[in-house]
Amino acid sequence: MAAEVLSTASLAEVQSPARPRRAFRLSNLLPRIGFAIYLLALMLPIYWLINMSLRSNEEITSSLAFFPHHPSLEKYFFIFNDPTWVHAFMVSLTYVAINTVISVSVALPAAYAFNRYHFIGDKYLFFWLLSNLMAPAAVYAMPFFNLYYAIGLFDTIWAVALAHCLFNVPVAVWILEGFVAGVPREIDEMAAIDGYSFPRFFIRIFIPLIANGVGVTAFFCFMFSWVEQLLATTLTATDALPFAAVMSRSYSVAGMDWSLLAAAGVLTMIPGALVIWFVRNHIAKGFALGRV
Amino acid sequence: MARITLDGIAHSYPRSATMALQPLNHVWEQGRAYALLGPSGCGKTTLLNIISGLISPSQGRVLFDGKDVTLLPTEQRNIAQVFQFPVIYDTMTVGENLAFPLKNRRMERSAIRARVAEIAELLDLTGDLPRRARALTVEAKQKVSLGRGLVRADVAAMLFDEPLTVIDPALKWHLRSKLKAVHRALDLLMIYVTHDQVEALTFADEVVVMKDGRVLQVASPAQLFERPEHTFVGYFIGSPGMNLMAAKVSDHVAHVSGQDIELGARYPKIKNGDAVIGFRPDFASLSPEGGIPVQVRRIEDLGRRRLARVALGPHEIFANVPEGVSIGGGQAGLTIQQDRLFVYVDDELVLGDRR
Amino acid sequence: MDKPLNNRAWFMVAPVFVLVLFSALLPMMTVVNYSVQDSLGQNQFFWNGDAWFRDLLNPSTEIGARFSDALLRNLSFSLVTLAIEVPLGIAVALCLPRGGWTVGPLLVIIALPMLIPWNVIGTMWQIFSRADIGLFGAALTGLGLHYNVTQNAISAWCTIVVIDVWHWTPLIVLLTYAGLRAIPDAYYQAARIDAASRWATFVNIELPKLQKVLVIAILLRFMQTFMIYTEPFVVTGGGPGSATTFLSIDLVKIALGQVDLGPAAAVSLVYNLITLTICWIFFTIMTQLDRRRYA
Repeated sequence: MAAEVLSTASLAEVQSPARPRRAFRLSNLLPRIGFAIYLLALMLPIYWLINMSLRSNEEITSSLAFFPHHPSLEKYFFIFNDPTWVHAFMVSLTYVAINTVISVSVALPAAYAFNRYHFIGDKYLFFWLLSNLMAPAAVYAMPFFNLYYAIGLFDTIWAVALAHCLFNVPVAVWILEGFVAGVPREIDEMAAIDGYSFPRFFIRIFIPLIANGVGVTAFFCFMFSWVEQLLATTLTATDALPFAAVMSRSYSVAGMDWSLLAAAGVLTMIPGALVIWFVRNHIAKGFALGRV
Repeated sequence: MARITLDGIAHSYPRSATMALQPLNHVWEQGRAYALLGPSGCGKTTLLNIISGLISPSQGRVLFDGKDVTLLPTEQRNIAQVFQFPVIYDTMTVGENLAFPLKNRRMERSAIRARVAEIAELLDLTGDLPRRARALTVEAKQKVSLGRGLVRADVAAMLFDEPLTVIDPALKWHLRSKLKAVHRALDLLMIYVTHDQVEALTFADEVVVMKDGRVLQVASPAQLFERPEHTFVGYFIGSPGMNLMAAKVSDHVAHVSGQDIELGARYPKIKNGDAVIGFRPDFASLSPEGGIPVQVRRIEDLGRRRLARVALGPHEIFANVPEGVSIGGGQAGLTIQQDRLFVYVDDELVLGDRR
Repeated sequence: MDKPLNNRAWFMVAPVFVLVLFSALLPMMTVVNYSVQDSLGQNQFFWNGDAWFRDLLNPSTEIGARFSDALLRNLSFSLVTLAIEVPLGIAVALCLPRGGWTVGPLLVIIALPMLIPWNVIGTMWQIFSRADIGLFGAALTGLGLHYNVTQNAISAWCTIVVIDVWHWTPLIVLLTYAGLRAIPDAYYQAARIDAASRWATFVNIELPKLQKVLVIAILLRFMQTFMIYTEPFVVTGGGPGSATTFLSIDLVKIALGQVDLGPAAAVSLVYNLITLTICWIFFTIMTQLDRRRYA
């Protein structure tokens, strides 16, 4: 670790060394072409969805085209004006937000404790947390159904927000612990010497130091909660329906409303894209769960 | 075998207004050991990377034995470099690590084996050859890094970028003496970057002192000590460094804080007489009386010698206390060796007229 | 790394503990409860011992056969997708630039598939793979292949694999990229001085340093493929027949569809046990790697 710190210190002196130009070779070109193909393959299904959303159902079923003949935003307007859809999106955004806040707040002290202290059962506790990360949602669908029904939270956003804590809290602890590890213990000691009480130290000094860690963690909690649909649909019925449930209802009477489905799908990508743009400088490290 | 010539080399990093390296010319002679000494940010690592080819200089040329290598990439320059921390191939044994550069250059196997054995012997690594490189101590790993550079017989120069940084202080001397032994045995040109003057002065035949991208002085350790050509050199080298005091110099006398100090030469051409005089504590001694009157603040007994911290007006300076002399505290007399008393104008040494 | 022993740290961990206890242990208790009981309907239960488990682990019973089939499908699916995703992810990460302004936008584009809700992914590919309205389906049938997701088992399988690769390779790319960025420049410089080829640099420097990150990547991906539910459910519904009925899908069918609580509970427990075991194996590997690093 010290070596890496030192290398960045000397690299700071060197900044970005200008390498002598490399010859134009096929071995340089081939990876670039492969990379471009990969990016293209990545974007194609997404583009196709956007394409679908701008075409009418008649147009879709009658011809296969790369570009919409008469692009129209009518399905988007429909969604924005339909209370069921709007409610569904709001519900989803709300439970995701609640879940993120809960997960990050409880994970912060826990991550600190796991990294800084040794306590009875700490290894087992950590492992147990990790194993819940890997909990198959299918296994919990039925028990959660019974549980939340029993405590009267069924069909509320709180049910989903709490249910998602099953895997989001371990994610948050794991990622934050990696970032906590990056703060030298000397800082804690200095604060103690300077007379800070622990809560004050934690809130005013420590958390700002891992601010990007908190941001990355919040991003991941958002992401995992936003994309998970099995529990979200199982635990809701009418009042707190997430968009996934409303979307599945578009498979009904008059056949599939492809265009509407596509528009809804495109809309669900936007929050994710926005959030990832904000943490783009840290996601690589965050995906490594702070543990590179 | 090579001498490396730097012809008009200067460098500034892209998107940076300041010059990381001011224009300089220097010839590095084959077989000698050089140190690049200076504080952080002085440009020494930049200079090293220009020599090794990891950076292309903004101006100037680099010549190996007269051949222009400025545009040649590192791997074609026949240099070897040791970094701040050991750089070894984790998955290989020590033997495989040492053999790696030769394998890549398609040397034949028996020749590789012989050469690896030879270098391992030189570095006391023979017993470690079959061990996994990552299991060694940091010091041994750094030796392996060194070995990988030495194993190529056609290496023209070895470059070191603060190689003892992560070594345990207690073991630094061991590695330093190993480096010196290697230098004697293989007669290589070695360039050693460091900010530690002890390392530089013990290792090098010639030291290049740098600050803020400029080369201040190139001289042997003894010369740097006895005749610093720049106030920074005087201050940086020696422990403690040179005493420096602002003074008004008129002809052969320096006026400092109401005292007149006799200089060993005449300095007729100093503008306004504004100068800085410098002398090393080692060439100044205290006595109970006589000499320049100074206030004694503290006397430190360092075993081999006693160092006195005294004040001349507002200036705090160090001086030797000779053996057998006892200073009672309070006042004392400072005597400075005249031929070791230097005058600096705008930080540069000015030579006086010693007639 | 020496950490002070401080059992008061439990206070800091308490909220997490309680929350996850509530979310995990409590439900599991009901599952355990159901797994050892049978019902005559109308909420009357009687003790059934380990009968469900014995049935489950016996491939000749109906439920045993279903279980072992689904398990096999899951394992082969995980292996195939991992075999494709890991090399592909590493290769793409190697192509990403080391710095500069392009890195941010590229990472956003690459990470996009992971941010799409899983049902939307299902829908997206449902459309994309149809021969009449989707580019993918149309292209494949246009090439003369008998491609039909709803009727052809091989098509369904291949499509699910493609979807998963499309969806999750970015995770490997990002993990690997982070791992690569942590390698100090000096290693690459030393490799150049040693005249190492690009391949030799990859095998001797990059791969060893990526060990830990790759273990995390493989663990995460294996678990995720093992638990896959939404995408195959939306695209194929588990069909044709039971060709793509993975464990999760089967379990939900039994639990919420047939409301056969006993067998469902038994399946849940065994399923969970398998994931726990694999988790434990990887956890051990990771702590071993950690220990070696600090040795």
